[in-house]
Amino acid sequence: MLRFILTRVSLIIPTFIGITLLAFFLIRLVPGDPIETMAGERGIDAARHEQLRKEFGFDKPVIVQYGIYISRVLQGDLGKSLITQAPVWEEFKSLFPATVELALCAILFALVIGLPAGMLAAIRRNSIFDHGVMGISLAGYSMPIFWWGLILILVFSVQLDLTPVSGRIDVLYYIEPVTGLLLIDSLLSGEEGAFASAVEHLILPTIVLGTVPLAVIARMTRSAMLEVLGEDYIRTAKAKGLSRFRVVALHALRNALIPVVTVIGLQVGVLFTGAILTETIFSWPGVGKWLIDAIFRRDYPVLQGGALLLGIVVMSVNLIVDLAYGLINPRIRHHR
Amino acid sequence: MTLNDLPTLTLSQNGHNPEPSQRTFIMKKSALLAAVCVPAFLAAAPLSAKTLVYCSEGSPENFYPGVNTTGTSFDASTQVYSRIVEFERGGTKVQPGLAEKWDISPDGLVYTFHLRKGVKWHNTNKNFKPTRDMNADDIVFMFERQWKQDNPYFKVTSPNHSYFDDMGMPKLLKSVEKVDDYTVKVTLNQPEAPFLADLAMEFAAVQSKEYADAMLKAGTPEKIDQEPIGTGPFYLVQYQKDAIIRYKAFPEYYAGKAKIDDLVFSITPDASVRWAKLQKGECHVMPYPNPADLQAMEKDPNVSILSQAGLNIGYLAYNTQKKPFDDLKVRKAINMAMNKKAIVEAVFLGSGIPAKNPIPPSMWSYNDTIKDDPYDPEAAKKLLAEAGYPNGFETDLWAMPVQRPYNPNAKRIAELMQADLAKVGVKAEIKSFEWGEYRKRMQSGEHQMGMLGWTGDNGDPDNFLHTLLGCASAQGNGSNVAKFCYKPFDDLVTKAKVTTDVAERTKLYEQAQVIFKEQAPWFTIAHAVQLKPVRKEVVDFKLSPFGRHTFYGVDIKGK
Amino acid sequence: MTAETMEAPAVAAPTATPPHPLREFWGYFSANKGAVAGLIVIVLVVTVALLADVLAPHSPYATDTSIALKPPFWQEGGSLSYPLGTDPIGRDILSRLIYGSRLSLLIGIVIISISIVLGTVLGLVAGFTRGLTEIFIMRLMDIILTLPSLLLAIVIVAVLGPGLINSMLAVALVILPHYVRLARAAVITETSKDYVTAARVSGAGTLRLMFKEVLPNCTAPLIVQASLGISTAILDAAALGFLGLGAQPPAPEWGTMLADAREFVLRAWWVVTFPGLAILITVLAFNLLGDGLRDALDPKLKR
Repeated sequence: MLRFILTRVSLIIPTFIGITLLAFFLIRLVPGDPIETMAGERGIDAARHEQLRKEFGFDKPVIVQYGIYISRVLQGDLGKSLITQAPVWEEFKSLFPATVELALCAILFALVIGLPAGMLAAIRRNSIFDHGVMGISLAGYSMPIFWWGLILILVFSVQLDLTPVSGRIDVLYYIEPVTGLLLIDSLLSGEEGAFASAVEHLILPTIVLGTVPLAVIARMTRSAMLEVLGEDYIRTAKAKGLSRFRVVALHALRNALIPVVTVIGLQVGVLFTGAILTETIFSWPGVGKWLIDAIFRRDYPVLQGGALLLGIVVMSVNLIVDLAYGLINPRIRHHR
Repeated sequence: MTLNDLPTLTLSQNGHNPEPSQRTFIMKKSALLAAVCVPAFLAAAPLSAKTLVYCSEGSPENFYPGVNTTGTSFDASTQVYSRIVEFERGGTKVQPGLAEKWDISPDGLVYTFHLRKGVKWHNTNKNFKPTRDMNADDIVFMFERQWKQDNPYFKVTSPNHSYFDDMGMPKLLKSVEKVDDYTVKVTLNQPEAPFLADLAMEFAAVQSKEYADAMLKAGTPEKIDQEPIGTGPFYLVQYQKDAIIRYKAFPEYYAGKAKIDDLVFSITPDASVRWAKLQKGECHVMPYPNPADLQAMEKDPNVSILSQAGLNIGYLAYNTQKKPFDDLKVRKAINMAMNKKAIVEAVFLGSGIPAKNPIPPSMWSYNDTIKDDPYDPEAAKKLLAEAGYPNGFETDLWAMPVQRPYNPNAKRIAELMQADLAKVGVKAEIKSFEWGEYRKRMQSGEHQMGMLGWTGDNGDPDNFLHTLLGCASAQGNGSNVAKFCYKPFDDLVTKAKVTTDVAERTKLYEQAQVIFKEQAPWFTIAHAVQLKPVRKEVVDFKLSPFGRHTFYGVDIKGK
Repeated sequence: MTAETMEAPAVAAPTATPPHPLREFWGYFSANKGAVAGLIVIVLVVTVALLADVLAPHSPYATDTSIALKPPFWQEGGSLSYPLGTDPIGRDILSRLIYGSRLSLLIGIVIISISIVLGTVLGLVAGFTRGLTEIFIMRLMDIILTLPSLLLAIVIVAVLGPGLINSMLAVALVILPHYVRLARAAVITETSKDYVTAARVSGAGTLRLMFKEVLPNCTAPLIVQASLGISTAILDAAALGFLGLGAQPPAPEWGTMLADAREFVLRAWWVVTFPGLAILITVLAFNLLGDGLRDALDPKLKR
């Protein structure tokens, strides 16, 4: 088991280095001048420009810059944003919880609806319900979520006036950030209505971000269940006279969950992609929007640091899923 | 979605619990229930104090206006700081600020400022408690931080003090001395009429020297720009990037406590979303409305739209040093080929007026006798044929990637221009770059035709005519993107620059505008109008001619 | 938004040859109503794209500000000459959608072709050479997969400059790893089989083995992945268009149309609704087709 874990972890290191390389060199290929961007609309005179270039080390060869960058990263220093001058880590720390909250809710939403829907569809294979679930989930999977978000805002916020248009919580509530997750902080604050407001603001973004994972989970659960339900031991269990419910819930579900867990893990990367679009549409103050802004503003340190941190998050989740997979399914472990 | 779902997930993953799916179902129901009940909760919002919510358009870079250049950052910091002198609210007149009064020597070189006594610093910071009132040290610090390279704070946050440099301060200042605790003497190298007005600008915000020293000692000098302490009407309570800035009225503000108790900036980058929030009462004032929503705003009984002619111009510059636009006939032909009225109506949607001159109508010396080139595709075709392009030509057409006050949607304007030009046989290809890159490339003259614009700094025609169209700025990477250098024009604006008599200057500028129209280096598009939708319960919000948003003196009805 | 996360198509292709493979395939395929529906929609979209010049009532570029933002014909103020209304500068939305179908199909096909060709080659190379080359290729693919795909695509577009072609290249690169992994897995499965060993023993060269023996045997999963991948490609390219990085105006690309009209969402619902619907329907059709193809080509489900 230890060896399995160690192999897995060691696989991460080259990927980690690769990400730093990729982020570092790709953004330097982007045409544009960070000093110019930093100077803002009013421009900058040539002498000051040169002075700043030196100060930020942009005059050194790229390789040297990379070396300096990496050595600082290894000391835990991700640099400072060129635009705000705030440390990248601080900005990430203040924005990441918003993304996590949104992503967690989206995954929960997808699970809460996707798992049972997929199971029922499998149990009632070829019924109208089955076809309905599969049809809807394929539509969900085909959804351009940037459009989906706009349509939901149009219908629920503007026409029906049921949900707020954007933001994380009503601005009238002053919530001291403790965990950064507003659902928790709003409860801790003890302010009446704050939690409800946080929930209310989460509904639409959660649906938008959860749509694709929901479709994937429903389809995955169904096919995994179908496979399991056809296996011998389920037939044996049925023959033994176990109730249908016990067969499904105890035996089939557990085994069907294995591939589903993997899929959830794989969805993390997809979730961040979705989060970029969702955050843009709902003005959600998360890391997706932050990174997009960084690209458009040539904020090198933010993009490098942000990509690295996100990469670490995705890798860690994948690793955990991998390990969990190994735990649930011993066969995998022995193969390696 | 409730928090209780978390343990459910873990349970079903482990598979130890026999009925995870059932529990999941129950949770789903309760989540739905919560969703349905929510609007009822909201009715009881925790509101006792007077709160004004401003839906701002973006996050500030930091809270030190000395290194900022964007209105967004100025809006965020201006609430916190005071300056030596201030612009009157809603105007351009300079009035006393931290300096109660001042004397100017007869030769205009020495300014002696007599400071107000008993001005308190905000005392709500966790890490620093001010022990003294504002005094001359703070004023001197304001100058030296931006001026003296050896000041320990010169490089903190950023060494690029754009406005300080742009206003010519490094060359202008000879010395800044503290005479006593409440008197500061500033000596200039040469007389400068707008010097006082310069000191009322955002970059001259006064920070606490004592706070700066303490933070320097603590090794965290940048703190003073992130957790600002000022003497302004509001103190900063909380800032969350891309989400919210929260201020409270400072009870000891020298001019008296603000009428509102809480000021909240709800950061909302999307203009349509800002409007939706204003409509629902989630905010009270919003900047930069989407022209598309103006119609609906006018109809809303809860909202009034404040408007003011902006000091700006949006234009399409022909690169007069490149073929085919080095030919005056071609420039004139293109001017006539495009339907300005239709373009302005379709894109500005009532938030702009078609422009014929390079300076806005509200500016002195605006020459209203000038006739704009008519929209006449037939005449344009003839002119093109005369110029040797009977079948038109191919060109590029640069469109800015961003929305600016003087141009709400450059790409859409470009599409309309492209369609108009196609009718006279000119094939235009729309090009765009990242905004910083775009400006740089335009200034180095890579384009054939390109859109840009200008918002005035100080209300002087020189700031438009000489800066944007004079020979000096046509060279290198100057701001004259038409690369227009025409001697008769340049002579006029250069002469006007050194003339002091306003009547004389007016004549010169009027003449310059005539030549501008004859030579047609630009297709002048429009002057945008500054529009500010404000909810009816907001009392006495005043538009700033500089486009700032200040909330001292504003009140809110009801509640 | 990646097709890879759907049920991965099985790698093994049928080994026994049934009497009429095409007929058998069609038998399975046509039994799947969804797949047939998807096929019909795709045929329709292709037809519309080919006949755009005939079908479109107006030029997709003709502007007329006097008729800007006309609603669809069934609403008050709409007219049948602009059945789906007009956009903010008075272009006919239906005509733009019709011409846009050309772009979307082109986008899907080009992106998939690039990534299949490149992906297959890389996958074959990785599968055959093993050792360092394989490690290098597969690590690189891992890195691409670790970064959020849209973020990477945006950076690539930022490097190359916004535009239709560059956005296609960016998306192709971002979805490349799926094909590389697929091809490599197929190679590894196939090379362990007898016929490859036999071919190798009889003196076939590596290149010959790669393209003559192994490649034809992993085409089935590639075809399935391709038809599912087209939908991903169209979606991702539209997302880039939505962020203003894809096709540039006045091109009637659906995602760009959406982005372009976004500010009118509160005032004119039709300018954002129809382009989105067009994307949804096309993508859905390709997904249905892909599902059908997989079921028909996948022997495991043929029970």
